Amino acid sequence: MSHTTMPAGTTPSSAVPDRAELQLISARRGRLLFTAATILLLAVLALQVLEASGVTAIGLVSWRPLLFAYILWAVALCAAQILIRGEDGQRAAFVLPAVLFTVAMVVFPTVFGLYIAFTDWNLSAAAGRRFNGLDNLRTLFADVYFWNALLNMVYYVAAVLVQYAIAFGLALLLNAEIRARKFFRVAFLLPLMLSPVAVSWMIGKSLMEYRFGPAATLARHLGWDNPAFFSTPWLARTSIIAMDAWVSIPFMMILLLAGLQALPAEVKEAAKVDGASGWQSFKEITFPLMLPVSMTVVILRIIFQLKLADIVINVTAGGPGGATDTVSSFIFREYRDRSNVGYGTMLAEFYLVVIIIFVALILKGASRWMQRSN
Amino acid sequence: MASIPYAPAGDEGRTNLWSRRPRFMTPSLLIYAALILWAFISLFPIYWTITTSFKTAVNVTQGHLIPFVDFTPDWKGWRSLGLSPDTISAPSTVRDEFVRRFFNSIVASAGASFLAVVIGSLAAYGLSRFSYKFLWMRNKDISFFFLSQLILPPVVLAMPFLVLYKHLMLLDTLVGLILVYTLMVLPIVIWIMRDQFDTIPLELEQAALVDGCSIWGAFLRIVLPIALPGMVAAFILSVILCWNEYFFAALLTSSNAKTLPVMVASQTGSQGINWWSMAAIATAAIMPLVLVGIFLERYIVKGLTAGAVK
Repeated sequence: MSHTTMPAGTTPSSAVPDRAELQLISARRGRLLFTAATILLLAVLALQVLEASGVTAIGLVSWRPLLFAYILWAVALCAAQILIRGEDGQRAAFVLPAVLFTVAMVVFPTVFGLYIAFTDWNLSAAAGRRFNGLDNLRTLFADVYFWNALLNMVYYVAAVLVQYAIAFGLALLLNAEIRARKFFRVAFLLPLMLSPVAVSWMIGKSLMEYRFGPAATLARHLGWDNPAFFSTPWLARTSIIAMDAWVSIPFMMILLLAGLQALPAEVKEAAKVDGASGWQSFKEITFPLMLPVSMTVVILRIIFQLKLADIVINVTAGGPGGATDTVSSFIFREYRDRSNVGYGTMLAEFYLVVIIIFVALILKGASRWMQRSN
Repeated sequence: MASIPYAPAGDEGRTNLWSRRPRFMTPSLLIYAALILWAFISLFPIYWTITTSFKTAVNVTQGHLIPFVDFTPDWKGWRSLGLSPDTISAPSTVRDEFVRRFFNSIVASAGASFLAVVIGSLAAYGLSRFSYKFLWMRNKDISFFFLSQLILPPVVLAMPFLVLYKHLMLLDTLVGLILVYTLMVLPIVIWIMRDQFDTIPLELEQAALVDGCSIWGAFLRIVLPIALPGMVAAFILSVILCWNEYFFAALLTSSNAKTLPVMVASQTGSQGINWWSMAAIATAAIMPLVLVGIFLERYIVKGLTAGAVK
């Protein structure tokens, strides 16, 4: 429909359309655009559903048209916002792409995942997907290996505190007046850059190798006759924790170092003048001042640690007897080796709920603690 | 300020230093000992991997460590990859495979990082400057919505993505991988960039707006150039994360879009004595990032510390 500029106002003298009127026209266009895009999206969706259920046969091989329709719709939505709401729309257009992207990529899979979680679906079985209610949940509660993996996560998360202590020590060292600081900083940072998969081989499978690995040789020299790093449950767990620490300590160290460097110099000077010893000034001044940074670092690391999987998958595959299994690596094997999609997804969704509760409690506890200590 | 009372201050400083030195001798020695010990711990595995790629079976079993002293370097490991000087010009299926994986890794990580930095920076700028209200969600809630994606473990998304991608025909494609990786690094990019934009004074854009720039014009012409170092930092950090990603790559790719970590992992699976070729692959896989770490350390530190340290 073509809209010639009609003087809508009561003043007939103004032949040129004024701002408000232009705004009105572009708003109308915006609405039209958005409606058209929505209708298109819904039409494509309807077609695809019909096609998938076998009612029509236009030869759609995949759901890809829906993806394109969604992208088109998202673009139309942004454009319509600008046309309808002017400056406000321009502001909204900054955040909209990220929101639309994240919603499309997260919300659908999560909802769909919830559905899968309540089905009995094994990719290698002939029978397809079958709704089986709470069976998966029941299996989960009886699954000793899953609870074992969850218990392992407790150890892995607890190990973050040890990593934190080491990282803090290293940050203090780097913050001291030393030569070649740049060299040490780069050297300390390097493990963070390496892929956990490569680290799995470099350390787990060659350095710690029983026969020829230098770590094993060193251990023999130190008097340990049988340096099999992955033989007993605790030993294997410690080895995995050590490898993970090697990769992730630099992350904590860098953040803590930045925190140390941001500390006001006067505070430390004052402590020095007062004759505080190194340990005293650390305990009374540096550590309390570093609490906020420490909190952030530890919480971030815990969140990342909850996803730990790569090293375990590649070095021990959960062994011996599930002693090093993380929840993620356990579910990975459930998918990969047993093709047990329905049950694996139930485990994942259950784990997600556990994580959300756990992280929410930590965040709450941390903020309360910070308030009290202030 | 320092010019007039220079002499006394310097004097004082020197006496201070002299009187301190004996007392400080042992602690500083200890500090250096600890530093060197940790530098050794950090670097030895890398050194070990690189040197092992030049070893032969005898050197591995006898635990030789130092090239030219303990053992004569040999191209054996690199030859099996088709990357040694004598095989580099000859056709090699292993090398073709490796180059393809390497290229896939580059495309996936650079593409995802680019996409994430673009939409992440836009969102971060919006969240840093304007106040939104969408249903019950205000800026704080929207930021939390983005950041909360960090908590989501890959296992939760993996299976639904597998099914979704199968229906969208995105399985085993680089586009599919790029989309997942973008989702993975987007929260981190938004976090870094919001911190960057917060440090840029508002007055700059206000002046531009007064001069007749539109909101987007002010953003593109004034703010973006200032925020560029932050964007580079976010980009590099994203590339590192995507380059090392294994979980999604292992599940969502099979032959066409397989990335380097998946290749490395599939090689390690065969528990053989073939250490030199494993070491060569591992070396080739970590080298790009070791170089990035050495030369772009400043940006990595900048990216890591943005937002976390106030």
